[in-house]
Amino acid sequence: MLELTILAPALINGAMTGAVYALIALGLTLVFGVLHIINFAHGSLLMVAMYGVFFLNRHLGLDPYLAIPIMTAAMFALGFGLQKSVISRASHGRDEMILLVTLGISLIIENLALYLWSADTRNVQLPYGFAVVNLGVALVSRTRLIAFVAAVVLSALLWLLIDRTDLGKAIRAVAREKQGARVVGIDVEHIYAMSFGIGVACLGAAACLLLPIYYVNPQVGNVFVLVAFTIVVLGGMGSFVGAFAGGIIIGIAESLGGLFLGESLGQIGIFLIFIAILLFRPTGLFRARA
Amino acid sequence: MDTLGKERDSQISRRQFVVATAATAVAAFPAVLRAQAAPVKVGIMHPITGFLAYSGNQCRAGALMAVEEINAGGGIKALGGAKIEPLLADNQSKVDVGASEFEKLNEAGISAFVGPYASAIGISTSQAATRYALPHVCDVTVSDRVVAKDKPTTFRFSPGYTSIAETAISRLDEINKSAGGIAKKVMMVHEESESGAGTQKMLAKELPKYGFDIVETVLHPNPTRDFSNIVLRIRARNPDILIIGNYYDEYVLLVRTLRQQQVRLKGIYSVLGGGASSFRFVRESAETAQHIMDTNHWYNPLNPKALDLRKRVEAKGLDFSYEVYLNYNAVMWLADSIERARSAKREAIVEALATSTWSGHILPYGPTKIVDGQNTGAMAATLQVQGNDIQVILPKQFASAKIVFPAPA
Repeated sequence: MLELTILAPALINGAMTGAVYALIALGLTLVFGVLHIINFAHGSLLMVAMYGVFFLNRHLGLDPYLAIPIMTAAMFALGFGLQKSVISRASHGRDEMILLVTLGISLIIENLALYLWSADTRNVQLPYGFAVVNLGVALVSRTRLIAFVAAVVLSALLWLLIDRTDLGKAIRAVAREKQGARVVGIDVEHIYAMSFGIGVACLGAAACLLLPIYYVNPQVGNVFVLVAFTIVVLGGMGSFVGAFAGGIIIGIAESLGGLFLGESLGQIGIFLIFIAILLFRPTGLFRARA
Repeated sequence: MDTLGKERDSQISRRQFVVATAATAVAAFPAVLRAQAAPVKVGIMHPITGFLAYSGNQCRAGALMAVEEINAGGGIKALGGAKIEPLLADNQSKVDVGASEFEKLNEAGISAFVGPYASAIGISTSQAATRYALPHVCDVTVSDRVVAKDKPTTFRFSPGYTSIAETAISRLDEINKSAGGIAKKVMMVHEESESGAGTQKMLAKELPKYGFDIVETVLHPNPTRDFSNIVLRIRARNPDILIIGNYYDEYVLLVRTLRQQQVRLKGIYSVLGGGASSFRFVRESAETAQHIMDTNHWYNPLNPKALDLRKRVEAKGLDFSYEVYLNYNAVMWLADSIERARSAKREAIVEALATSTWSGHILPYGPTKIVDGQNTGAMAATLQVQGNDIQVILPKQFASAKIVFPAPA
């Protein structure tokens, strides 16, 4: 049977893709875990980051991987600024308003991108863009392998930040008990802004890893954001380990679904998992850590 | 003494003054005083946003260039120089939005409609056009479910996927025979919407007639994030020829993944492929694009008007893609029909479209003849990327280069 002969390569492809999904979802789960809001602008911010990588490559000749520190910092600043100056002010602290504000930001960003950069699809041409690595059972493109390794490393760094630093401790405190954190002297609004900034910074890194593999246009964020939401729910909202594991699971589910059910029906695996998790383990595979 | 009479003799009367003034005004400012011919409202709808946005914007550019040209040339002369007034709409690449935007255009009182690019949306808009007896000129919409006997107000100048599929496979047979008949196994990968799935069904009927074996058919969603698994299947099946048909973004992603995975084929043959007849694809992915063949819409490379249009489009920084010239052509055809109808009334335009024998187009077609809404003179061209350009390889009367098959290793 054809499917069995290509099962191993499909599993590897799924895991590679899943790692990048996980990096996109990590930012989302951090924002949800701390601010308890779903950031509807997540997809459009990913799109902005990808355009940033594209223009750095086009105009300055900067390799997307070398752009990771720049894009991470730039997207952090953007996220920090958005939360501090726009979202917190416009929402007046009300959760339902935050949803609407982020939705509004998303619409503005997408249409601004369409106006400034047109609907044209752009991609980067890299000298190693077609290089492959022979893993024995599968030929994996170098760009995908780099994306997988980088996603693992960046996820580990993020976990270390949250688990081992004072900032991380403060973030966890605010996520656990906002008023208590305020009482012990933590600047909650600053932590909100820092968390949003870090969440969006993850998108900066993800964009650098995605652009060598995929293309960018004003709609590209929508392609990934639904999968990101699924991963956040699957992994457990606010759980980094959960988001990473969820990303890998979803990547593999998508790959195997496409293999056995056809590419059109294959997506159903993702949504079946989503529904099963909501039914049987609604807090997700990994509960959020305090 | 008749003082008044003397004054009457020597002075201009008030009536004479008014008449002289009016005559002067008419002579000097005819446009101001003559009644302006009411503009002819034409609804123009394309996917300006959504996953088909690149194509949609190209379509709109082509349509508007035609409108500008018509209006600059004096408008519809049979209607006293009436200008074409375009009412633009965005269907966002979605069927439901296309349907609701069509209703809005109809309510705005359009005399005719041009669009909507995607077949899935065209099926819906052509049904609505039938209800409202509104002339519906399809710009691309290759599905043969869009143009039909029971849709008497829907027309298409370019070919549909049945005729394109039949042409494509007979030409594939010709290409294969030119290389000694070395290709036997064929695999097909298409996007899953009406255009791709419909084309694949037609091809599946035609291929066995010429002795080709279809080893597998694949349909994929729009958008598709990753073609790795599909390419794994292609490698495992090891076809001689891969036939693909999808929209631009997915087309490029698929052929790039094929190259990354080092899948060797005797040829990639698109039928209504989204990339291989795109100058943008050749420019941005030159190595990947080499020797890919495509049977698709094309312009007549021997027609001076086509070459002039290409210059003007490229001067605007746009690619001269099929979306541009098919929409340019659709609007020009509509304008010609309105001229012949000598009316902006819907039924008159429908009659004019149905009896059109228009020869002022820029496409490599036979004589225009409309049967059940379809121009039976329309035909696709078979193209191949060679070097930095796209060459016509078939039909021979329009060919600009020889066929290269199999693709060099």
